[in-house]
Amino acid sequence: MILKPRLEDLKIIGFYLGKIILGLAFSMVIPILTGLFCREFNPALDFIIGIEISILLGLILIALCRTDKDLNWMQGMIVVSLSWVVLMFLGAVPLYLSGHWKSFLDACFEAMSGFATTGLSLAQDLDHISYTHNLWRHFIMFLGGQGIVVIALSLFVRGFSGAFKMYVGEGRDEKIMPNVIHTSRFIWTVSIVYLVLGTLALGIAGIFNGMKPFNSFFHGACIFMAAFDTGGFSPQSQSILYYHSFIYELITIAIMVLGALNFKLHYHLWMGSRKEIFKNIETRSFFIAIIITFSIIAIGLKQLSSYPSAFILFRKGFYQLISAQTTTGFSTIYSPQFLFDWNPLALVGLILAMALGGCVCSTTGGIKMLRIGIIFKAIKEDVKKIIMPEKAVFSEKFYHMKEVFLNDKLVRGALIISLFYIILYFLGALIGMFFGNPFLESLFESTSAAANIGFSCGITSATMPAALKITYIIQMWAGRLEFMSVFTILGFLYASIKGK
Amino acid sequence: MKNKNRLILAAAFFIFTLLPQACFSGSISSSELIKNAKEHDGKLVIFSGEAIGDVMMRGEFAWVNINDGENSLGVWMSSSMAKEIKFTGSYKTSGDKLRITGIFNRACPMHGGDLDIHAQALHSLAEGGQIVRKLQQSKKNLSLILLGALLLIWILTLFRRK
Repeated sequence: MILKPRLEDLKIIGFYLGKIILGLAFSMVIPILTGLFCREFNPALDFIIGIEISILLGLILIALCRTDKDLNWMQGMIVVSLSWVVLMFLGAVPLYLSGHWKSFLDACFEAMSGFATTGLSLAQDLDHISYTHNLWRHFIMFLGGQGIVVIALSLFVRGFSGAFKMYVGEGRDEKIMPNVIHTSRFIWTVSIVYLVLGTLALGIAGIFNGMKPFNSFFHGACIFMAAFDTGGFSPQSQSILYYHSFIYELITIAIMVLGALNFKLHYHLWMGSRKEIFKNIETRSFFIAIIITFSIIAIGLKQLSSYPSAFILFRKGFYQLISAQTTTGFSTIYSPQFLFDWNPLALVGLILAMALGGCVCSTTGGIKMLRIGIIFKAIKEDVKKIIMPEKAVFSEKFYHMKEVFLNDKLVRGALIISLFYIILYFLGALIGMFFGNPFLESLFESTSAAANIGFSCGITSATMPAALKITYIIQMWAGRLEFMSVFTILGFLYASIKGK
Repeated sequence: MKNKNRLILAAAFFIFTLLPQACFSGSISSSELIKNAKEHDGKLVIFSGEAIGDVMMRGEFAWVNINDGENSLGVWMSSSMAKEIKFTGSYKTSGDKLRITGIFNRACPMHGGDLDIHAQALHSLAEGGQIVRKLQQSKKNLSLILLGALLLIWILTLFRRK
């Protein structure tokens, strides 16, 4: 028998949702200060309106639902999935007010794309957007990449057991430290240290490229946030092509790879344990995947003679590949070039890289390398069982921060999530085809949305049907949260209607 | 004398080749260049649009990104040409409207395979300038109304707690 949710469930969900909304309101102070500093008063006003609406909603929810009870698993999952939807609407308010988005749905698309670190954009005339709004686009990627709930946990909550449930609901299941609050704070410390270093590196590169100092460091900070959080927004419409700089490409590759690594691995590296990087199943799978997918792309590009020399083929092919594999979405070619300069084989290589993604407990999307590694280990174990004598007893193990014995529970978990991702990729492709787009383009765009990449081969635009925009919003949301919290909210809604 | 001859030759080249194209053929759009890049590769094109972002000086040359309303394309030009640009487009400024005559490259071997244009001539169609943006009264009013509502809710919350 399905039980109808109680009023108390709603109160607990509402209370914690209110706190997270206040967290978002607090983060809007940064664009307001930027607006005032840059003397962009209308954009600052957009964020003042945004912050007021957010505080209002947050306060009302907290006042109506005040409770001192902790979250259970179901409530924690629902708070997370609901927060992402509510924050999308609130984050879209200042964007919509700027006039650079044709409709509120487009602004919501942009906000979800930012929070989910996807990078697909429906902005109009991006080259004339204010610093204030541009910073917000990138800042929400930074917030979303670290996990919005993680942020709220580290700022507003002082140790409660429900924290871990919300942390898991946000698509993370590995604690770096015993306490999840400390884990959140560690993630933030790492991110801020890298932010300072990355902005400096990109800012200096920008000055050498001939950019004005302020612009250079502003772009540096924005590009860092989008690269480290494997988001893919950029301050100008041309993405990384705007800079016409090899050194900029190299720095962004390094940042994207750093962003794609497990935060737990960062922790070990910070503690001086460099061997982790060579032993870990995830990093091994990551580099093997890069070699395989790059080989496919290189053969594809060579077949079409897309580029005049091997070096140029490598530079273009490798950059788009790293951007895809780390699920960032930066590009050094124009979107339609994927269709005109890349043949289907190269596109399949890129789609494969996008679908696989980076490491778990990082800011990347996609299936992720730990799961791929586990699935391959399981296949290896099964093949061994067939080859070896029937009486032979053995157990496959792998290294992920420590020696782990492969068991059915691990394999089942990896297979289920991988299967959900594959279904999501193909479902989005099917809907894309329903609107008259060819299969490969639809699959490309759908994988890009669901694995939170941000590449587009031209389907994503302000003129695409509203239903397709909503499809991609749902894909970005479900892909970022890794399904469980999304299924919980669907179950909750079903129970609300059918429960007794 | 030699210099004079060179000058005359350059002027003749400009008059007989670039100028007629500039005068009689319209600009090509960025979308057309990107979509049919192979057709236009290595050919002389005329591309018009607004200079946006930074003029990035690179020694004797410079990169300027030009937006024709559909896409922005990178244009590689001499620094002397780049110095003619007075305004580039941003939130606070509209950039100079330029007409570029130059060689289009689908995958420029000189610039790491970038799709770009190597400018041979630059013509300013209209000068850009500062954009004056007044504070929008409707937004100001909305923010004041919301502030009032916020204060009301805050006071009510305080009463409820007591």
